[in-house]
Amino acid sequence: MSSLDINVHYVTRVEGHGNLHAKIRDGQLEECQWEVPEAPRFFESMILGRPYYDAPFVTSRICGICSIGHTLAAIQGVENAIGFTPSEQTLRLRKLLLHGETVQSHVLHAGYLALPDFVGAPSVVPMAASHTAAVLCVVRLHRLANEWCDLIGGRTTHPIRAVVGGWTKLPTPQELRGLRQRIVDALPDARAVVEVFASVPIPRFERDTEYLALKKADEYAWYGGDIASTDGDVTPLPEYKRKVKEFIVPHSTAKWARGNRASYAVGALARVNVNYDQLSPLAKQVAETLGIKPVCCNPYLNSSAQIVETAHALEDSLRLIDELLESGLHEEGYAVAVRPGTGVGGVEVPRGTLYHEYTIDAEGRVAGANFVIPTNQNHANIQEDLKVLVPSLAGKSKEEITLAMEMLVRSYDPCISCSTHLLEVEFV
Amino acid sequence: MKPKIAIFDFGCCEGCQLQVVNLEEQILDLLGLVDVRQWREAMSEHADDYDIALVEGSITRESEIPRLQGIRKQAKILVALGACAHTGGVNAMKNHAPMDKALQTVYGDKASWFDTIPTRPLSAVVPVDLAVPGCPIDRGELLEVIKALLLGKLPTLPTYPVCVQCKMAENVCVFDLGLTCMGPVTRAGCGAICPSNGNRCLGCRGLVPEPNANAHKEVLAEHGRTVEEILAEYRLFDSVSEVSQ
Repeated sequence: MSSLDINVHYVTRVEGHGNLHAKIRDGQLEECQWEVPEAPRFFESMILGRPYYDAPFVTSRICGICSIGHTLAAIQGVENAIGFTPSEQTLRLRKLLLHGETVQSHVLHAGYLALPDFVGAPSVVPMAASHTAAVLCVVRLHRLANEWCDLIGGRTTHPIRAVVGGWTKLPTPQELRGLRQRIVDALPDARAVVEVFASVPIPRFERDTEYLALKKADEYAWYGGDIASTDGDVTPLPEYKRKVKEFIVPHSTAKWARGNRASYAVGALARVNVNYDQLSPLAKQVAETLGIKPVCCNPYLNSSAQIVETAHALEDSLRLIDELLESGLHEEGYAVAVRPGTGVGGVEVPRGTLYHEYTIDAEGRVAGANFVIPTNQNHANIQEDLKVLVPSLAGKSKEEITLAMEMLVRSYDPCISCSTHLLEVEFV
Repeated sequence: MKPKIAIFDFGCCEGCQLQVVNLEEQILDLLGLVDVRQWREAMSEHADDYDIALVEGSITRESEIPRLQGIRKQAKILVALGACAHTGGVNAMKNHAPMDKALQTVYGDKASWFDTIPTRPLSAVVPVDLAVPGCPIDRGELLEVIKALLLGKLPTLPTYPVCVQCKMAENVCVFDLGLTCMGPVTRAGCGAICPSNGNRCLGCRGLVPEPNANAHKEVLAEHGRTVEEILAEYRLFDSVSEVSQ
């Protein structure tokens, strides 16, 4: 590669719009840019003045794939702002709903969007003929996850039943028992997907990286917790702005972020790196099979980490359902007393830590909002990875370099339409 | 010959395209009946010779207008997929603040770096042949629309309000639960999914062709809602409608 210009307008098989540019002169990387031109949609501004209970419904529309994550982060942020503590039953159902979304999104990304790269197909469409059995396992798992979210949330995309204060409608014990059985029946499909990922070649590329994820003493954290770094520091959730330093760049409608270093990563691989010891037994086996040991710094293994977390979410959901059935389901309503205040919600959504902060006034209206989106936190890290990756590909063809760059971006599972919602801006 | 389909997106959450993926096994059946020529979210393959364009999202930037016009020029049938494309959706909530103020709030003194215009539904820019309403679209309704198109017919949407389907589902009236509901003026077809799950109708499918907005305002007022609160309800998904102006 003496001199090459690579321009990928709209990387495919990702959620939202991102462009890649690289300029190589005499074998040296002169320029390398990851651009985010997605249309900005102004959610932090639209939510102002709306009643507190609309926050989850409006912000769910930030992202179709992680709408459950946004719903739950909004609920948690608002509840923390108004000083409401949800019941144990409500928390278990929220975690169960979140697990459904994690399985849905991880299977969608690893199975439909990333796997074609590893088997050399342009999309999952031709794989339906060439890898029929694997595709059918992926489809069945995806379907289970969606029907699971329909059952708990009322609808898988933009859920209806999860609200500030609790639930507008509960599943019946019979429905929960049915879901439990379907999860048990799906374990062989999950194992088959593990086998597929164990058999495909994953590119070798490592760059020492800071990983961030929520952490709790008693469980693999998904809903709330402290912000833990693989560099060793821990930050309480309400102080997230101390750890997550956002900044703006001219070629992106989305904000970027840094932590201790020039960049950091969030997502499945970050969580497995931070919380490995708390993975379920099945998930630990899968991590071993797929060669993930903390701290693993190969971003191409993020899809494999998603498979590890899929196993964890399936197994942990059996526990949650058993606990719900054991204590019996109780109609608790969702009434809350509104006290003005500011609160932060933190949820591990499929692509990483999602923060929602709200200020609620004495009338119960949203007076301020700030959202920090996982993909925003990864943009700078993608750029740093590309800067190291591209020179390492010396001697490869333009097509090979372009594919390696696109695969790197895809491995982060970027959710770009999520990432373009800014309010407070720090210029650096 | 199989009809050639392409899927495009503008400003939106891409949740409606996700409903296409969420057809699960039925996608594989569908792939036997249509030829998908481009779909950036799901495929790297790409061709520009499509007949039917499914377009998600609303127009929020000047630069998107020529792109949509290009799609309109190529497609024999252009389908607005979901609330953002159909009514402007939640994106249009931003239209109620002056655009320079919204830009200033978000991007500070770097506002000139970014291009944004008041949100418009697709039909405000190009002729649209039909809409699949909703936020998100209903998977069953999407299948019905695709089936009709495969048979060479243009499907029709219900012209009655969500209340009709809500009564058929035997739900307790949302107003009697003490909530404000858009069901009386919103186009049916969703099976009253939100009231059936204990919540209120947010009006995501757009207004019925001749909404009785005055009667709706009376009902809302009877239940102690202020004009401001009523407008706020219309502004969730129907900002572009006359009622909310």
